[in-house]
Amino acid sequence: MLPALWAVQDQFGYLPSAAVAAVAEELELVPSEVAAVSSFYSMYFSHKPGQHFVQVCRNVSCALRGADGILAHLGRVLGVEDGATTADGLFTLEGTVECLGGCGGAPMMQVDRYSYEDLTPDRCDNIIAALRAAPPVEPGRDGGPGGRS
Amino acid sequence: MADDLVLTRLVGRPGVTTLEGYERVGGYLGLRKAVTLTPEQIIDEVKSSGLRGRGGAGFPTGTKWSFLPRDVFPRYLCVNADESEPGCFKDRYLIDELPHQLLEGVLIAAFTLRVSHAFIYIRGEYRAQRELLDRCVAEAYEAGLAGRGILGTEWDCEVIVHGGAGAYICGEETALIDSLEGLRGQPRLKPPFPAIRGLYGSPTVVNNVETLSNLPFIVLEGGAAYAQRGTAASPGTRVFCVSGHVERPGNYEVPMGTTTFRDLLQKAGGVWKGRALKAMQPGGGSMQILGPQHLDVPLDFKAVADAGSSLGAGALVVMDQTTCLVDVAKRLVDFYHHESCGKCAPCREGTYFESQLMHRLEAGIASESELATLSDICANMDGRCFCPLGDTATWFVMSAYRMFPDEFLAHCGAGRCPVRAARPAAA
Ligand SMILES: Cc1cc2nc3c(=O)[nH]c(=O)nc-3n(C[C@H](O)[C@H](O)[C@H](O)COP(=O)(O)O)c2cc1C
Repeated sequence: MLPALWAVQDQFGYLPSAAVAAVAEELELVPSEVAAVSSFYSMYFSHKPGQHFVQVCRNVSCALRGADGILAHLGRVLGVEDGATTADGLFTLEGTVECLGGCGGAPMMQVDRYSYEDLTPDRCDNIIAALRAAPPVEPGRDGGPGGRS
Repeated sequence: MADDLVLTRLVGRPGVTTLEGYERVGGYLGLRKAVTLTPEQIIDEVKSSGLRGRGGAGFPTGTKWSFLPRDVFPRYLCVNADESEPGCFKDRYLIDELPHQLLEGVLIAAFTLRVSHAFIYIRGEYRAQRELLDRCVAEAYEAGLAGRGILGTEWDCEVIVHGGAGAYICGEETALIDSLEGLRGQPRLKPPFPAIRGLYGSPTVVNNVETLSNLPFIVLEGGAAYAQRGTAASPGTRVFCVSGHVERPGNYEVPMGTTTFRDLLQKAGGVWKGRALKAMQPGGGSMQILGPQHLDVPLDFKAVADAGSSLGAGALVVMDQTTCLVDVAKRLVDFYHHESCGKCAPCREGTYFESQLMHRLEAGIASESELATLSDICANMDGRCFCPLGDTATWFVMSAYRMFPDEFLAHCGAGRCPVRAARPAAA
């Protein structure tokens, strides 16, 4: 089930209800059974997020090293509140996320499938600027490499 | 003392994340040796190594393996790469740096246990690591190290990398099994344990990434060589994830038992900015707080338990003198509230009330009597939840309250966080 849902989300960027129905048919289940599973996991989206999904870890290790300040800074740079998407649809900012396993490079964030560690406000500005300048990505494609600076 | 290292000794060798590079430094010799041995011989080596599970519970690996009922097939192996414990980032590191070492360990375990399918369940957030493992698995198939007739023997084993989708609870072994089966990841009642009835109702072993990554060494060098490291009670080495207020956060492999918290802290460059240590949390977000008085406790299962905490999943989060423990506790409680799977009421409701209360306390608007309510809520959760998630959601907050009662009290009715208010602006 999870791989099927991943295939759909990689294609569309979220789980459109028609696609959920198609998964159900393929697996010989009813759509509500699929929805019960997809809604349990936080990484499946029922609505399309921005082209780049910016998740700022605020669990303990990151919080101890200034994650709240990083989230506030990104909110100012992008002009959105935590949880919202920019008007141009480029970025969704999310500050509620499980520990992302990057505590060794705290504070850190994950943009799409890449981790960016040892964040400072300057480094955030550069990352956002690079993502803005990059050519539009296809749905489900990644937005460029991350890693430690 | 590079000789002491087991898990990380090959980190950084040229090309070691590829099959060719890994084989150049002796990779897969453990598997090649394993297929010439009997399963019983390998289990004996693992037992004599004294290896205990690195996923959190510390259960002896060889013993776990011998619980599989004889002659019941098919059997499955689930590799727990769900690593979601706050403060833990060692499995990610071991996958990033030495993916084939893990894969070799998986195949050794699969051979020993005669499993037909090994599933690597990796958390959804580790997408880059999932793709790396996919590539390594493909290389292994190509080279005849996985699939049918492995290394020219009669033995077949499929290896499947399976991505999770964001749920801490899927690290719990029975929830992981439910998730693999395509269900909501919720824990099952034990017994029956997975060894008897696990994935698809068949005998199943669930082991952590770090646990399995030790196997190539143990098979090649022998259990005794592994047990030479560390102490008799806590043999071997372990990768500890040190984070928080230290100069050099990161993963450090050290022998257990002979290393103390102070040694580990020193490896990470000590408390940052020359500040004093206020508290530390070993084991990851689930475990109880320790203080500066515990710095000389060795990293030994029993010694840490005697100090009132646990080595858990091998993390160490360090907090300096400016840290507000109410704030730290609030974040951890929020985490458990968010991750509670909803199956049992004590955890589902308890983490909700706990979280509400911790937010009021942190903001300085809770009254003193609410501290008694907090203790009451936690007492009604600990030991009464369906799985350890709910129990552990109370451990840090209650242990911090016991160690720093004045700090909790000072928040009551203060109208703000008194610790933050006392902090110099630049901190
Ligand atoms: C709430 C909860 C979360 C867990 N998360 C993990 C995890 O992320 N990774 C892991 O290896 N074990 C985790 N465990 C422990 C597993 O249930 C299991 O004990 C472990 O995977 C066994 O492997 P080992 O014997 O090699 O340690 C978790 C347990 C609980 C109760």
